Amino acid sequence: MYKFFEQLGAYLILMRQSFSKPEKANMYWNETFRQARDIGVGSLPIIAIVSTFIGAVSAVQFAYQFRSISLVPMWWIGSIVRKGMILELAPTISALLLAGKVGSNISSELGTMRISEQIDAYEIMGVNTPAYLIGPKIAASVVVVPMLVVIAVFLGIIGGWGAGMLGNFYSNTEYFRGVTDNFDGYDVTVMLTKAVLFGFIMSSVSCYKGFTVQGGAVEIGKSSTQAVVLSSILMIIVNFFVAFFLL
Amino acid sequence: MIEIRDIKKNFGTQQVLKGISATFENGKCNLIIGKSGSGKTVTLKCMVGLFEPDEGSIFYDGRNITEMNFHNRKTIRREIGMLFQGTALFDSLTVEENVRFPLDMFTDQTEEEKRERVNFCLGRVNLPNTNLKFPGELSGGMKKRVGIARAIVMNPKYLFCDEPNSGLDPKTAIVIDDLIREITIEYNITTVVNTHDMNSVMGIGDKVVFLHEGYKYWEGTKQQIMEITDGELFDFIFASDFLKDLRRHAKF
Repeated sequence: MYKFFEQLGAYLILMRQSFSKPEKANMYWNETFRQARDIGVGSLPIIAIVSTFIGAVSAVQFAYQFRSISLVPMWWIGSIVRKGMILELAPTISALLLAGKVGSNISSELGTMRISEQIDAYEIMGVNTPAYLIGPKIAASVVVVPMLVVIAVFLGIIGGWGAGMLGNFYSNTEYFRGVTDNFDGYDVTVMLTKAVLFGFIMSSVSCYKGFTVQGGAVEIGKSSTQAVVLSSILMIIVNFFVAFFLL
Repeated sequence: MIEIRDIKKNFGTQQVLKGISATFENGKCNLIIGKSGSGKTVTLKCMVGLFEPDEGSIFYDGRNITEMNFHNRKTIRREIGMLFQGTALFDSLTVEENVRFPLDMFTDQTEEEKRERVNFCLGRVNLPNTNLKFPGELSGGMKKRVGIARAIVMNPKYLFCDEPNSGLDPKTAIVIDDLIREITIEYNITTVVNTHDMNSVMGIGDKVVFLHEGYKYWEGTKQQIMEITDGELFDFIFASDFLKDLRRHAKF
């Protein structure tokens, strides 16, 4: 228990240092844009593939279940896929994928910099290392993850449409009637809230684990794994509380 | 001049530095030598502020860095250049970007001025035309020279070198030593070199501080070292039978 609070305190101190005043604003902007490009462009293919098929498989499963209940109209599937993608599947699945891809990458990058004394080199120069190395990563994640989630929603809905057309479960008109029917903008607010929180958790936990690593290659690997596992668990817990309080 | 007074540092229950005092003079290569685990690196890291000493003071030309807040300490850090044992070059940046980084971060120089300064520093360490290479494409000796170029780009008053010759062949090691010595004299820098390479000691050791088990055991010049006849320092310097024979035949 003592170790938990010690680590929590160290994490909070690091977060405070990460958002302290930068030495030279344009250097931090450039670094933030570089991180945003790496996280966003680098993760787009995997997010696109996974969200398209998640949308498709959702449509297939609901079509399978609705066929046995003839009272339920098939256009509901469009509505269910939309709602499911916006409220749960796009933010949660994207965040878990990003924790595995981006989170482990951030953790191992910072860990390697720590072990190879690159972080010490920055400190010797007088650079505020948490602010320069961690702040831009978190800022970029908080901005880019919601963008990726929005793209995931669109592709998931298209995936659902494609699966329906392929299996001849419903017509174009039926599906898009469902997609547009009874649309509530509040769902998007919930989705973006989740995406911002997940972006923060994934990047900050990974940065903390990487920045504080001690030892060698084995410890870098361990910290990278811990970053993915811990941020995934935290995101699932936060996901519940967001749903519980906002829905 | 840098002065350290009664520096003590513990890691858990292990006392690594047990009260070290020494002065490191301006325009000279000051060497800290000692066996592995004697406290050389911890001393150096305390001096540059990477470790906080548990007790004692460190003065940079009379300015006590141990009593300074983060902001004031940054002012002194910008007067420090450091060459790391593993060079600590930024992997994702080219040679030019590595050397230019402190200029980008801390100066308002124009692009042209920065380019000129970077090219001057790379030329000074005999590495022209390597600007666009990445650290992974360089040899060990070239990496060290880029590390030196980065360390001097801001015209430091104090230069720290942690094991500058580790992993280098004897000939390249001499090149690096000569470079450190030339830069020290040329820019009148206070240079502190952490080493256990006896070639370095005899080549550039204007002043030598010998650490043993967390204490300062001996302090003097490279000429005085050769007069040592017994004790821990003797065992350290003449560790091999070859060197002992050499010394006997040289009739020091």
